[in-house]
Amino acid sequence: MHFSEAAVEGWFALVPLIIAFPVAGLLVNLALGRRLGERFTGFAASAAVALAFGVAVLQALALQQHPEGARIVVADWIAMGALSVPWAIKVDTLSATMMLMVTGVSTLIHLYAAGYMHDDVRFQGDPGRYTRFFIFFNLFVAAMMILITGDSFLTLFVGWEGVGLCSYLLIGFWYEKGKDGIGNAVAGKKAFVANRIGDFGFLIAMFLTFGAFGSLTFDTVFEHAEAAGPQAGLVITLITLFLLLGAAGKSAQLPLFVWLPDAMAGPTPVSALIHAATMVTAGVYMITRTHVLFHLAPISSSVVAIVGAATAFFAATIAVGQYDIKKVLAYSTISQLGFMVAAVGMGAYVAGMFHLVTHAFFKALLFLGSGSVILGIEHGHHRATHGHGDAHGGHFDPQDMRNMGGMASRMKVTFAVYLMGALALAGIPPLAGFFSKDEILLAAQGGNLLVYALLTAAAFLTAFYMGRQVLLVFFGRARSQAAAQAVENPPLIVVPLVALAGLSMLGGALNLPGVHTLGTWLGHTLGEEHAPEFSLLVAGISTALALAAIVLAWSLYGRRPLVENQPDPLEARLGGLFVALHRKWWVDEFYDWLIVRRYVRLANVLAHQVDTIFWHNWFHDSVLAAGFRRGTRWLAEAFDMPVIDGASAALARLVQRAGGGLRRVQSGYVRNYAVYILAGVVLMLSFFLVRSLS
Amino acid sequence: MNVPTSYVVALSAILFTLGAIGVLIRRNAIIAFMSVELMLNAANLAFIAYARSLQQLSGHIFVFFIIAVAAAEVAVGLALIVTIFKTKNSIDVDQASSLKG
Repeated sequence: MHFSEAAVEGWFALVPLIIAFPVAGLLVNLALGRRLGERFTGFAASAAVALAFGVAVLQALALQQHPEGARIVVADWIAMGALSVPWAIKVDTLSATMMLMVTGVSTLIHLYAAGYMHDDVRFQGDPGRYTRFFIFFNLFVAAMMILITGDSFLTLFVGWEGVGLCSYLLIGFWYEKGKDGIGNAVAGKKAFVANRIGDFGFLIAMFLTFGAFGSLTFDTVFEHAEAAGPQAGLVITLITLFLLLGAAGKSAQLPLFVWLPDAMAGPTPVSALIHAATMVTAGVYMITRTHVLFHLAPISSSVVAIVGAATAFFAATIAVGQYDIKKVLAYSTISQLGFMVAAVGMGAYVAGMFHLVTHAFFKALLFLGSGSVILGIEHGHHRATHGHGDAHGGHFDPQDMRNMGGMASRMKVTFAVYLMGALALAGIPPLAGFFSKDEILLAAQGGNLLVYALLTAAAFLTAFYMGRQVLLVFFGRARSQAAAQAVENPPLIVVPLVALAGLSMLGGALNLPGVHTLGTWLGHTLGEEHAPEFSLLVAGISTALALAAIVLAWSLYGRRPLVENQPDPLEARLGGLFVALHRKWWVDEFYDWLIVRRYVRLANVLAHQVDTIFWHNWFHDSVLAAGFRRGTRWLAEAFDMPVIDGASAALARLVQRAGGGLRRVQSGYVRNYAVYILAGVVLMLSFFLVRSLS
Repeated sequence: MNVPTSYVVALSAILFTLGAIGVLIRRNAIIAFMSVELMLNAANLAFIAYARSLQQLSGHIFVFFIIAVAAAEVAVGLALIVTIFKTKNSIDVDQASSLKG
């Protein structure tokens, strides 16, 4: 395609619309959504995001001709002393990649959610929340766009906090549900607090950046950092380590990953969009965006790589021991984010971004597929229990894989696309996941062997737990009435799945070995990067391991499929290790013991000793209240009674006495009055007389 | 016959004083009323005397006004006295002291 120069230049100026469209969508739904009904709400929200996708496509086309990109200043935001932060939007190949991916996947997930939430709000028993869901969803897209397009740390941080807020709101979407009626709310709080620790790191990094380089705008900071030379090494290392803390919070890396599995309390489209495809990749994006700083801090970079690899392996082990279909995917997401973080830590930014994009495709697909399965089971549960008086009650868990089985025959399309996503995630060629994961492994093999070993092991486990999940869910025989009566979902839910399946299949074409389309494209922003040559050895090992893992999974779960109430065969083989995996290595319990319980105890002590005894009993009651009482009593007795009251009483007495005196004059006898008149006339006349004489 | 103005004014002063004393000391309302008339006519006499001596007409006009006002006053005053007599059975002005402070 070829367009005239002037037209293309103008397209950059349209980029603010990518934020404005979702905002407009949410405002329309806020004002009219409830009145105009579900169809309108779903359509308006999806259309807003689709329009944003259109803007993203325009930006990408414009970048084809102007790969250097553009900087669009929307408003003068903060100007205070040395700090000057305009709200500017940065269009370059990196942000455009994210724009395309986020708006594209968002559009599909919005469409899916329009169908999914229709059923979900009815199962949960509050159809009125349909509109609210899409308002939050659009708000999320707007915040994500601010994050991606920001050209300074601070604008990025605004979006960073915005997506965190939306994540919190959507995790707690059914805030009155969950364990003990507060489970979902607690999950939302946990996500918020864990993110806050990361944000603390981000903020410190910003302060250090401003202190060291006097600016928060990316390009200025990078210029100064590069010009500063070796003596700035320490501060850059500190900045990047704190940035890593921020990324660890948002992208669920060790040690802050614990919130992401709990975040699955949100509706499934939320898990797919926010907690798999887009928001959690913000940390990876942020590190890529600040790659200049990480490049100058080799220590931080290796820490990043090791954190990523450790997370990838650690989370993959936990995923093996989960029964909840969404929990498996959640730990898988953490693990894959670890891959990306490890990649950017090794300087393989293109590989990291490549995996970010492909992962968005197949993980969104898997989450939406799992949502489709859950919805099918809920329908089946509804049918199975219909007429037995037990409508939705009981302890039936539609997300427990032990309640599933044999879904392949009842949900054919879902099965097909899910299998596609699982194979892509497992890294089977020629699906998307193979290429992107292979590039990361390639970079690791050329760099840090520990990272390579951890990532390869994680890749093996990935293939294993995905094989386990697919076999448990779709093969064998139904292990519950609900699963036996599950039905396929309507087209609105299935069509986005098929589209994502297509992307998962073909996503690898973005950056084929030897062609490196994405690498060249991102090279305009990230600088030319020498991509390691495709290695048959690395690819062969990872593929062979993936296949071996799938065979292992089949031998455990496929040959003799699980029947109802039968324990997991892995449990017998691994014993205590499986318990450890299932209990997530007791990380939550450890954090509970290390931080939460101490914190609660400290809070109790503070509440009792400081607040109740010191502040309330002593300071408030003895000092403030008693002092106030004493002061007011003194004022009342020494000032109000004698001075104010006395003055008014004296005035009253004066008037009374004067009136009493004057009363006597008024005798009522006409002759007296006549005397007064006469006296007055005599006085006046004598006055005039005396004056005329003198 | 040409009476000097000072004589007439002196007579007027005497009449005025007599009227004033009558108003002040007599308790009979009719007498007090007549004393007031005496004072008014004393003033009329003084007006006329000066009008003649100064050869001016305005004194005469004043006298006409005073006579008219005195007539009106008599009408109102006598009506008041009749009403007081009806309620108090007396025309003693000291009896009418209801407005005492």
